Amino acid sequence: MLTLTCPCCGVTAEETEFAPGGEAHPKRFGPDSSDADFEGYLFARANPKGVHFERWRHAYGCGKWFLAARCTATLEVFGTYPAQTTAPPADVIKKIKTKRPEWEGYK
Amino acid sequence: MKRYSMFAVAREAMRYHAGWERAWRSPEPKKRYKVIVVGAGGHGLATAYYLGKVHGITDVAVIEKGWLGGGNTGRNTTIIRSNYLQDPSAAIYEKARSLYEGLSQDLNYNVMFSPRGLLMLGQTEHEVRGYQRTVHANRLQGIATEWIGPERVKELVPILNIDGPRYPVLGALYQARGGTARHDAVAWGYARACSNMGMDIIQQCEVTGISQNAGKVTGITTSKGEIGCENLAIVVAGHSSVMAEMGGFRLPIESVALQAWVSEPIKPCMDVVVMANTVHGYMSQSDKGEMVIGGGTDGFNNYTQRGSWHHVEETTRALVETFPIISRLKMLRQWGGIVDMTGDRSPILSKTPVEGIFVNCGWGTGGFKAIPGSGFAMAELIARGHSPLAAEFNLDRFKEGRFIDESVAAGVAH
Amino acid sequence: MSTRLSKGGRLIDRAKRLNFTFNGKPMQGYEGDTLASALLGAGQVMVGRSFKYHRPRGIIASGVEEPNALVGLGRNARFEPDQRTTTTELFEGAETRSQNHWPSLEYDIGEINDSFYKFLPAGFYYKTFMAPQAAWKHLFEPIIRKSAGLGAVPKEADPDRYEQAYAHCDVLVVGGGVAGLAAALREGRAGKRVWLIEQSAHWGGRTPVDGGQIDGFEACDWIKATLQELETMENVTLRTRLMAAGQHDHGYVIGLESVGDTRPGADIPRHRLWRIRAGRTITATGAIERPLAFAGNDVPGVMLASAVRDYVVNWAVSPGDRTVIVTNNDDAYRTALALLDAGLSVPAIVDAREATHGALPQEVKARGVRVLEGRGVARVLGRKQVKGVEICAQAGEGGAIETIECDCVAMSGGWSPVVHLWSHCGGKLIWDAAQAMFRPDPARPPLGADGTAMVQVVGAANGDLSLAAAMGSAGLGACSSDEAPMMPVWQMPAGAPPALRFKSFLDFQNDVKVSDVQLAAREGYESVEHTKRYTTLGMATDQGKLSNINGLAVLSDALGQPIPATGTTTFRPPYTPISLGAIAGEAKGALFQPLRRTPVQSWHEAQNAHWEPVGQWRRPYCYPQTGESHREAVNREITNTRANVGLLDASTLGKIVVKGPDAGRFLDMLYTNMMSTLPVGKCRYGLMCNENGFLMDDGVVARLSEDSWLCHTTSGGADHIHGWMEDWLQCEWWDWKVYTANLTEQFAQIAVVGPKARQLLEKLGGMDVSKETLPFMQWLEGSLGGFDARICRISFSGELSYEIAVPASQGLALWKKLVTEGKDLGVMPYGTEALHVMRAEKGFIMIGDETDGTVIPQDLGLNWAISKKKTDYLGKRAQQRPHMTDPNRWKLVGLETLDGSVIPDGSHAPADGYNANGQRNTQGRVTSTYYSPTIGKGIAMGLVLNGPDRMGEVIEFTGEGEAMIKARITDPVFFDKDGEKQNV
Repeated sequence: MLTLTCPCCGVTAEETEFAPGGEAHPKRFGPDSSDADFEGYLFARANPKGVHFERWRHAYGCGKWFLAARCTATLEVFGTYPAQTTAPPADVIKKIKTKRPEWEGYK
Repeated sequence: MKRYSMFAVAREAMRYHAGWERAWRSPEPKKRYKVIVVGAGGHGLATAYYLGKVHGITDVAVIEKGWLGGGNTGRNTTIIRSNYLQDPSAAIYEKARSLYEGLSQDLNYNVMFSPRGLLMLGQTEHEVRGYQRTVHANRLQGIATEWIGPERVKELVPILNIDGPRYPVLGALYQARGGTARHDAVAWGYARACSNMGMDIIQQCEVTGISQNAGKVTGITTSKGEIGCENLAIVVAGHSSVMAEMGGFRLPIESVALQAWVSEPIKPCMDVVVMANTVHGYMSQSDKGEMVIGGGTDGFNNYTQRGSWHHVEETTRALVETFPIISRLKMLRQWGGIVDMTGDRSPILSKTPVEGIFVNCGWGTGGFKAIPGSGFAMAELIARGHSPLAAEFNLDRFKEGRFIDESVAAGVAH
Repeated sequence: MSTRLSKGGRLIDRAKRLNFTFNGKPMQGYEGDTLASALLGAGQVMVGRSFKYHRPRGIIASGVEEPNALVGLGRNARFEPDQRTTTTELFEGAETRSQNHWPSLEYDIGEINDSFYKFLPAGFYYKTFMAPQAAWKHLFEPIIRKSAGLGAVPKEADPDRYEQAYAHCDVLVVGGGVAGLAAALREGRAGKRVWLIEQSAHWGGRTPVDGGQIDGFEACDWIKATLQELETMENVTLRTRLMAAGQHDHGYVIGLESVGDTRPGADIPRHRLWRIRAGRTITATGAIERPLAFAGNDVPGVMLASAVRDYVVNWAVSPGDRTVIVTNNDDAYRTALALLDAGLSVPAIVDAREATHGALPQEVKARGVRVLEGRGVARVLGRKQVKGVEICAQAGEGGAIETIECDCVAMSGGWSPVVHLWSHCGGKLIWDAAQAMFRPDPARPPLGADGTAMVQVVGAANGDLSLAAAMGSAGLGACSSDEAPMMPVWQMPAGAPPALRFKSFLDFQNDVKVSDVQLAAREGYESVEHTKRYTTLGMATDQGKLSNINGLAVLSDALGQPIPATGTTTFRPPYTPISLGAIAGEAKGALFQPLRRTPVQSWHEAQNAHWEPVGQWRRPYCYPQTGESHREAVNREITNTRANVGLLDASTLGKIVVKGPDAGRFLDMLYTNMMSTLPVGKCRYGLMCNENGFLMDDGVVARLSEDSWLCHTTSGGADHIHGWMEDWLQCEWWDWKVYTANLTEQFAQIAVVGPKARQLLEKLGGMDVSKETLPFMQWLEGSLGGFDARICRISFSGELSYEIAVPASQGLALWKKLVTEGKDLGVMPYGTEALHVMRAEKGFIMIGDETDGTVIPQDLGLNWAISKKKTDYLGKRAQQRPHMTDPNRWKLVGLETLDGSVIPDGSHAPADGYNANGQRNTQGRVTSTYYSPTIGKGIAMGLVLNGPDRMGEVIEFTGEGEAMIKARITDPVFFDKDGEKQNV
């Protein structure tokens, strides 16, 4: 039963207040994309055992989507940040690197 | 090997059971095998078993990171059914169910398959129509299922409250030959049979890398050294993505936690398995007398084998509402497993971008029931390069948009 | 035999006698008793039968670890099986029944299993019962099921109430023994918000029984003073009878509080489930004594040494007149002292150690008790009650040296810290060889949300068994008698032959013996998890609290490896079993799930509508009149609507306003057709697909102004679609200027449908609803009969139809007015089934019927609603994939049975031949099928292979049972093909 902090409204709340939404930073491929790109966009998932970037919605709160960096093996949350970005912010990356020196970095 | 029988037990009783041999050997790995199966769960062991039994391939090693049967094979709610909607699913699950019927005799190990019947309750008009669709599909697939009315449901499950104020039971999809089996025994029985065919089951051996040459697999690196192989089958539910990464490809899979729990044991009060998908819960009673309960998965990626508590509350609520007498029973033990969820919630039995590597994964919440069929199909795929049972479950379907979607038949976990 | 002592008993109030029954026999105890102490006090030593061999069993323990003494408690609707007597407080009128026997506790047919024990070792059922194949289901399994399963089955619904509550604190201290009190005091003084919870009704843990000094005070005085100080602290909350069941991730702890257990029928909740969010958990959960494995260690009268002194000191109960103590440590000598102080006899202490020179043994010897060193128990004599013990050399094979008569055996094999909460979320353990136990490894704690330790352990739970050690870690001085080292003993005697090992129990409830674990090891079930599952060790209702360490020690020995190499099984919640009722909480019956109500709901209820659940709504399926079946009601509603005028409560329909400079562009991405070009004042039907190309939702969009659109969605889809819109706006096109608002519940929506609909609206007056002013697929705002209304002229029935939206607060009034004004026009309400039939008569698709998550709009002949001009919309790329453009996809057609009958729901159309898996080939299926009262026969829609190219062809569909039905492929529009009725 996780707790997460919504970066939009600042509230720290129970998992039940949020709705998970899969891997973060998906790159959408539209009508002109190749079969491989489009398949990757819909189905290929990083699914690491370790640091994972993922989407959440503060569904029963402010309603905003946001992103979280979380470890899928320990459930540690490294940080949450707004959804309006195409890659994890530097401070989150730095925090993870400090805690997990062996981490390969965001791919 | 010493055959198991009532007479053998009686004979051993006279000498305090000192004469039983190991159920499976515990060998060191050889340098090379024709086939290496990674993952000594039910699916992996069954793959090895049918490679030997059906295709005569016994130069096989089954590599296991922990102890055999310790993943989802030993963590599920043991439900067996084949009342699936789509043809490919119905085919492989029915193959599995029919193999379960004679599995104890085939393996000479009592896996306690108990075709005690299985009900999927219809509690909305929409759900009723969905199950009726399944009944018609099953008829043409050669699977015996029927739609039964609420009175018949009540006869089969007297402890069921069919007149709930919110979701009265309108009927049920009934598969009389569905049921349960003893999950651990399935893994142990296959392991014993594989070992007896001369296959090596190597436990406590973690795979750390996959070796390739010119796009073809050559072997694996493990905590017990390098082992060569011609073919490699990855059958590691919950960790498929991690293994795929070693092979250099990605799978359309996310790993999430699924939980189950049991009550304290009571005398028999429910013979059939009941699934109530509108309210998200299912329950059966084990031979020990425990009520075995499960529900839906968590929605976020998780490798901890622990789920979120609120699911336990939601499902328990659903089942107390459905079976009011269980309210005063107590939850004895709760646990979780990690399941692979694919893009269409159906499994993958497929060749991969690397020649010689096969993958069997993505069974989601419904893998246990498929074990014999999955192993049978996988063995055929490895040995012959093609299996009608596995054909539709290939990886290409995601590119082509050719999904096998069972959401009509099973809106939630199964 | 056990009995009540004439004086003493720290926890009982002799002034308050309580009556209870055991197997119908009246007994008495005192307030403060547990069921177990009351039973022992009343002389009841044998209290149940074991799971497998049906051996007579008595009370072993005095706390949560009790494996044997489970009873059925209460009667009728308040009956509860498997109730642990050692932790159940006695109350007036308690009815208890022993379990797992027939016909009676004393004479149990099942006991025959015990005579065949040699034939029933661990896992015998995996090797037998295989022939013939059908015998398992029909013969063996029913017998096994009947003989297993401890408790009786409750017969009625539970009448009691269960509450759920939240607590938030900085520090949760679990365990109200001295270590927990000290921890709470320290944290409380530091100003932290502290919750201190204790599972029993009493503070102080076992220290009041065992004695000692803390901080210069007698332990009992220190406990009292500490409690007093804690009670004065506003930042500290104290709760007894609250058990921490599980430590979950991110500092979430589930607790179960017993509230009304001793007052059945009182108007209070029976249990309260606490959801506690703790910054940190400090577990002070103590330790549990281990039994010793010797033959007959399960005979009633054999108990844990600590439990024996608990019964004497706490409840003034003598478990027996003559108690032999069997031990491998000094602590058990405290039991001798307690027994002697109570005037009871201790014929001997059997100590496995070769020498005993600790302070406690010296004290006991000085009081004249025989201490037999280097000795063990070969076997216990007696079956339903201990009669004596045979003494042997611990190092030997069990040859009897002497026999000592006794009626109680107090055993102690050392202690195991309670590490459950530490372990639930992955805290790791280390092996403490000196004390022969696993204790928490501080270097590998369970981690919280921030990646730091979320659980700390203090006191005996941390392996600090002595009072001095436990309090020392809390920074307090304490003293108690020094103890000499214990000696690990996993089998007594060490060289016990099979005959003894087959009677030396590890798991008492599940009847797992030393020999079973050794058999498992011999057969290759080497992992501790294999052994557990193969033998069922630790899987009983005590979850191995007594058996786990002994079992894995025996396993390690059998495998010839050190204990840490074997490891432990995983600790899983709950710590002790908790009621399913408490987990479910208040959400049952009417409160089971939130019920969404439309503004008109009360009117439907008053009409006795027959309901259909739709998501969390309940919509009227039909409104049966007196004597009418549902089917007849539906037909009447349809006929009336098509002839006169019908009313539908469409309030559940999703209503989402999309507004902003980029709203048109956004909707063009969302819908398959063009919405940006829709003129203000007009309506357009639209389709939404997911990125996989599958049709997901449909509905009519009305353009309200230059920059705002009102999107109607399906009833079930409103929340999802709103979330979907927000997802794209927030996560993909966050630079687009668009706002959305889900106004579904802000408006009531009433469909007025039928040839007389316009007349009815004109009777209300106030708005011009003529064909000219409000033509088909347009909307209008105004005051209708005094109501602020927006009227859309849209139709899902093919009739002249107005959908009127008014503020939710006005919905009921408008509905009633329509009913009143429409009386002479023949107005009648209609429900969802009539809605479905009428739309099917018109060939309109229904999301969820014609679609199932695998259908694309092209399958449904909806190409007209897919823009060819747009370069992109959600789902467009997916629809270009090979499988989606396959000309052989099944496509929507109408189906007309040749005999006029109704094709059953879900029916499939077989094709010739069989596929590679032996399944009959198929060429289609029915998606909607109804009896049409308008046409007077069965109509259906279905998806059929190349269907639109096969008009007029007759194919077969599966009927009920084995029957087949012939149907002709037709156009899906069965009624008013040219739309003349809706365009008037």
